[in-house]
Amino acid sequence: MSPNDPATPPPPQVKALNCPSCGAALTLRSFGNAVSLVCSSCHSVLDARDPNLKVLQKFKAAENEDPPLIPLGSRGSLRGTDYEVIGFQRRTIEVEGIHYSWHEYILFNPAKGFRYLTEYDGHWNVFSVLRSLPEDDSGGSTVTYLGETYRHFQTADATTTFVLGEFPWRVQVGETVSVSDYVSSPRVISKEGTGKEVTWSMGEYITGKDLWISFNLTDEPPVPVGVYENQPSPLSASVKSIWTLAGIFFISLFLLLIFFLVTARSEPVFEQTYSFDAASHDEPSFVTGTIALQGHTSDVEVTTTASLSNSWIYVNYALINQDTGRAYDFGREVSYYFGQDSDGAWTEGSNTDKVTIPSVPPGNYYLRIEPESDRNLGVISYTVSIKRDVPQLVFFGIGLLALLIPAIFITWRAMNFEHLRWSESDYGTPPDDGSLIGTIENVAGNFKSSDKGDDE
Amino acid sequence: MSQPGANCPNCGASIAFRWPGSVQTVCTFCKSVLIRTGIDLEKVGKVADLPPSASPVQIGTEGSFAGRSFVVIGRIVYEYDEGNWNEWHLMMNDGADGWLSDAQMEYCVTFPAKPEKLPRECRPGQQYTWQGQTYTVSAITKAHYYGVEGELPFQTWDRSDVVFIDLMSHSGKFATIDYSEDPPLLYLGEAVEFDDLKLKNLRSFEGWS
Repeated sequence: MSPNDPATPPPPQVKALNCPSCGAALTLRSFGNAVSLVCSSCHSVLDARDPNLKVLQKFKAAENEDPPLIPLGSRGSLRGTDYEVIGFQRRTIEVEGIHYSWHEYILFNPAKGFRYLTEYDGHWNVFSVLRSLPEDDSGGSTVTYLGETYRHFQTADATTTFVLGEFPWRVQVGETVSVSDYVSSPRVISKEGTGKEVTWSMGEYITGKDLWISFNLTDEPPVPVGVYENQPSPLSASVKSIWTLAGIFFISLFLLLIFFLVTARSEPVFEQTYSFDAASHDEPSFVTGTIALQGHTSDVEVTTTASLSNSWIYVNYALINQDTGRAYDFGREVSYYFGQDSDGAWTEGSNTDKVTIPSVPPGNYYLRIEPESDRNLGVISYTVSIKRDVPQLVFFGIGLLALLIPAIFITWRAMNFEHLRWSESDYGTPPDDGSLIGTIENVAGNFKSSDKGDDE
Repeated sequence: MSQPGANCPNCGASIAFRWPGSVQTVCTFCKSVLIRTGIDLEKVGKVADLPPSASPVQIGTEGSFAGRSFVVIGRIVYEYDEGNWNEWHLMMNDGADGWLSDAQMEYCVTFPAKPEKLPRECRPGQQYTWQGQTYTVSAITKAHYYGVEGELPFQTWDRSDVVFIDLMSHSGKFATIDYSEDPPLLYLGEAVEFDDLKLKNLRSFEGWS
């Protein structure tokens, strides 16, 4: 078609108009799409479809003037499409006598249509109207959309309390509509209206910083306060991955443990019973015969067993390599006490002491033994036994702790985040949604409630 | 595809029908509404200039839907309480016709469906199943004819008000019942993304590339 063809209308232009109420200049940015237009000077709500811009409503804005953080007329790119801010409204809900307000920016692209940007306490979402109906499940506690479950967060009556710019619907200050939010972070589905006019839309969380870059704004976005209903948790992904990692390491550790248990020889290499006369004035120290430690460098477990009855023995040991002269010195005390008091029978200590000397190279060794005890305790019989290459469960325990502590810490922090999120909901606490955190929450919640039960 | 032309009985301009099934068109020069009766054209009225449109689509826009290409040959503008919307009449490359609705740039493509048992009246939330697909009534709209241009598959010149019932599904499928005829007409289709239509020959908007 040629430009002169009468069938081709001239390209639509941004219209310049004047407010019929105060004469101020008005701009229509959405071509023929505007239904309502609000004069920024006198706050008259005008019928944008009426050639004379009939005044539909006037509202007092002197005391609640609320300038948009992203000015009308600003353009920014969202997912590769340019949008222009053409309208702005504040909506207010009342919960337990307190008013909470959020702001909505109407975004326009002549081909892609409208998007809605919402801001509450520095938290932003980009909304678009849904083209399919979500499925209402479980009596309103969840909805399903494209296979994803969204949990009910809050239902409240939102009243329009401030308007500016143009709207593709008949906007009215004071109009109230029921709004229900269902969240599956980072997305949220909003259901607006009841009965005849129900509109479903989906929002996705976007940071102020990203928006400010998109819209090329030079000032700073407001600092987000608290945790917002669909704000992505910086930790929820970490929780899963750290437990996966911990699981993998746990299995490796377990296999390693099995390996050591199977391959460790736990070989008894020495056992001898001695008796020690504490009252004797003879030199108590003596040495054993040669003890052959074979195989690779590994640990040596020395067990001291004494038959004690309210008595003690202290043994100074030195495991000495015959060839190199290298000595492992250590002292062990074995003590065992028992008795009766007002609380009943008691015992303290034991007849046996075990000590592990790590990383002892193979070779021929002997043991120097020097017992000590109380002179009054008389003759004490004790047995010294040595085992070579004994598996050490304690290392497994330490490894397990090293895995669990960071995993538990991150889980705890993620739970805190979810607590903050859901504390603002109609329920106050996170739902048991079958996720890892939800399950832990639920178990923890059961413990708490049973504690309460005990107190009462 | 063009049919042998005729001339506007009012101004003599040549009138070409692109789709054989069209029964009404509007002369682009004198805005006479013309009805095809056999090989003749009859002037049945005149339309005012269409109000400035907000739609990026225009007569002659080409695109594709579900692998079938189409060209826009006609248009009805409906007005209702909350604004107006466009129903663009499509001629598909296989000879069928369809509709591309543009309601504030929310796009839907629908096709006339085989007659089904349609409700006389209903309320939002009610469900109906046609061709194995369940639809839920999402809106009941009382509208009136606001303007027409180009080729249409039915006569609109003697109509004023019309009731539409829109139905949505859980999967993007969309249905409309048009009560302008008796029995009412059923259209089935789906909501579509602007980019998926791969539209060409769109209008340009000042200040937007």
